[in-house]
Amino acid sequence: MAREIGDVILKMEGISLSFGGVKALTNISFDVREHEIRSIIGPNGAGKSSMLNVINGVYHPQEGQVTFRGEVRRDMEPHKAATQGIARTFQNIALFKGMSVLDNIMTGRNLKMKCNLFHHALHWGKARAEEIEHRKKVEEVIDFLEIQSIRKTPVGRLPYGLQKRVELGRALAAEPSMMLLDEPMAGMNVEEKQDMCRFILDVNDQFGTTIVLIEHDMGVVMDISDRVVVLDYGKKIGDGVPDEVKNNPDVISAYLGTSH
Amino acid sequence: MLYREAGQFKASYEADQQIFPILQDRVGVLLLIGFFALVVPLIADQYWLKAILIPVLIFSLAAIGLNILTGYAGQLSLGSAAFMAVGAFGAYNFMLRIDGMPFLVAILLGGLCAALVGVMFGLPSLRIKGFYLAVATLAAQFFIVWALVKIEWFSNYSSSGVITAQEIEILGYAFDGPVSKYLLTLFVVVVMALLAKNMVRSTTGRAWMAVRDMDVAAEVIGIRLMRTKLTAFAVSSFYCGVAGALYAYTYIGTVEPEGFNLDLSFRILFMIIIGGVGSIMGSFLGAAFIVLLPIALDVFVPMFLGDLVSSSFVSNLQLIVFGGLIVFFLIVEPHGLARLWQIGKEKLRLWPFPH
Ligand SMILES: Nc1ncnc2c1ncn2[C@@H]1O[C@H](COP(=O)(O)OP(=O)(O)OP(=O)(O)O)[C@@H](O)[C@H]1O
Ligand SMILES: [Mg+2]
Repeated sequence: MAREIGDVILKMEGISLSFGGVKALTNISFDVREHEIRSIIGPNGAGKSSMLNVINGVYHPQEGQVTFRGEVRRDMEPHKAATQGIARTFQNIALFKGMSVLDNIMTGRNLKMKCNLFHHALHWGKARAEEIEHRKKVEEVIDFLEIQSIRKTPVGRLPYGLQKRVELGRALAAEPSMMLLDEPMAGMNVEEKQDMCRFILDVNDQFGTTIVLIEHDMGVVMDISDRVVVLDYGKKIGDGVPDEVKNNPDVISAYLGTSH
Repeated sequence: MLYREAGQFKASYEADQQIFPILQDRVGVLLLIGFFALVVPLIADQYWLKAILIPVLIFSLAAIGLNILTGYAGQLSLGSAAFMAVGAFGAYNFMLRIDGMPFLVAILLGGLCAALVGVMFGLPSLRIKGFYLAVATLAAQFFIVWALVKIEWFSNYSSSGVITAQEIEILGYAFDGPVSKYLLTLFVVVVMALLAKNMVRSTTGRAWMAVRDMDVAAEVIGIRLMRTKLTAFAVSSFYCGVAGALYAYTYIGTVEPEGFNLDLSFRILFMIIIGGVGSIMGSFLGAAFIVLLPIALDVFVPMFLGDLVSSSFVSNLQLIVFGGLIVFFLIVEPHGLARLWQIGKEKLRLWPFPH
């Protein structure tokens, strides 16, 4: 692979998050290096999604700090995360249901578009040029994900697997330097999973995008990840390259303990 | 072969990005505007102009305003009529108090006043949604009407807040007859409708719809919720405000704050439900439908049922038909007449080979 794993760009330190009495995350620290594929695994309810939500500021942890590209913060703000190049997808598809595939992906370029309301109302000159320029970028994403034939379809009418792909497209359209993917392959058949895997690897390889991935399919995770964090009941029980994690006794017992 | 996109390949994104990408639609809209601008003034009598066409246009504009807020940005509002009132009283005061104030500037300033008030009452939308927001806009509805009656300065100290719109004069030409008033209204409404159409198909519109469909995802993409919602309130109220000013100046002439009551707000809401939530064209269809329905019932029911029914029955029948239609559209076709029209077009595109 052409990509070379770089320095640590994201550092989570001592993150604790609770909802009322429920402790979703307890004192968790880990880091993410530039260009790597970093997976977060763990049984249901382990706190994986909560962790992603802390990384891009949807949730605010009670304790801990987040360092992204040298900037130290108590917590993130979603808008800040977006402007700093963090994009994401959601576990329960969060597409804009009433809009077409094309419009959904266009919204991904929101932060890059500079025209204001008055330009838009007139749709002349600058606004028009901008729309066309960004449409070109979006068409690149559409080609990359091989969804040309559905670009004008309302997303609500698409099957689940394609919706997941469109959501990836919306994240990609922002040309992020880091992508947080929450179970991008859940509920897919083998073929769709293979496609999705290929897209993730291609993104990582071609654009050097750092990937933080939550995935339940152990085969996939161990196959494509550079490093893996394991959570269980909101605590970190393992962290390392796939082989280390696979042989970690705590990880094995956590998975055996909840798998039946 | 009448309505086909076959052969109309879009060679560039520019072509695909046009306001009406299908040639027939483009021609259709131009013909429609041409018809209403050139032919209608020749054939329509006073009654049609004053009692049907002018109000349909004005209510279409108000419905576009509400559609921007509710249909596109997903923020339910029951205060449209109050924002119309702000526009009407705003324009009136600018005309009254500033010498030589041009009429078109006055109604735009009236719209701006409404936009400001709209943003103020939109602030709660940052914390509350749905039903509770609707209640907050209801408060706006009552408060604004109350304030316009209570603070007599707004109506230049006339009794119970009644104002009489000044004569309209643009570049020395007096717009005093129904034809000229109709054309003026048509001009303002068509221009504003095209601007609205442009807004909703651009980044602004996509941000509104994103916030409507999934606000967390919108935020994560970098869309500012506060700015997006307040912009929707501002633009929406601006449209309602201009509609209100036209209501006073080209339609009714003499208005009082009570004329812009909750009833009117609901009528505008019904227009977008029946016409189509989230559709500019639907706003026109809905407005036309709601203005025409009572007139049609008044004419046709006695025609068919003759003296069997009293006039109070006819007005009750109106309510029943309204209620039934609204329930029908809410349940069966939430995208209203505009969607039915769309389906019709899709059928036509395939006709005569439906498979
Ligand atoms: N918004 C919230 N409000 C209350 N509790 C929450 C919220 N989000 C998460 N939790 C709780 O935090 C815990 C961790 O949830 P989280 O969704 O992060 O788990 P997960 O590892 O992603 O699980 P899954 O594999 O099922 O997606 C759970 O007990 C969950 O109920
Ligand atoms: Mg989860």
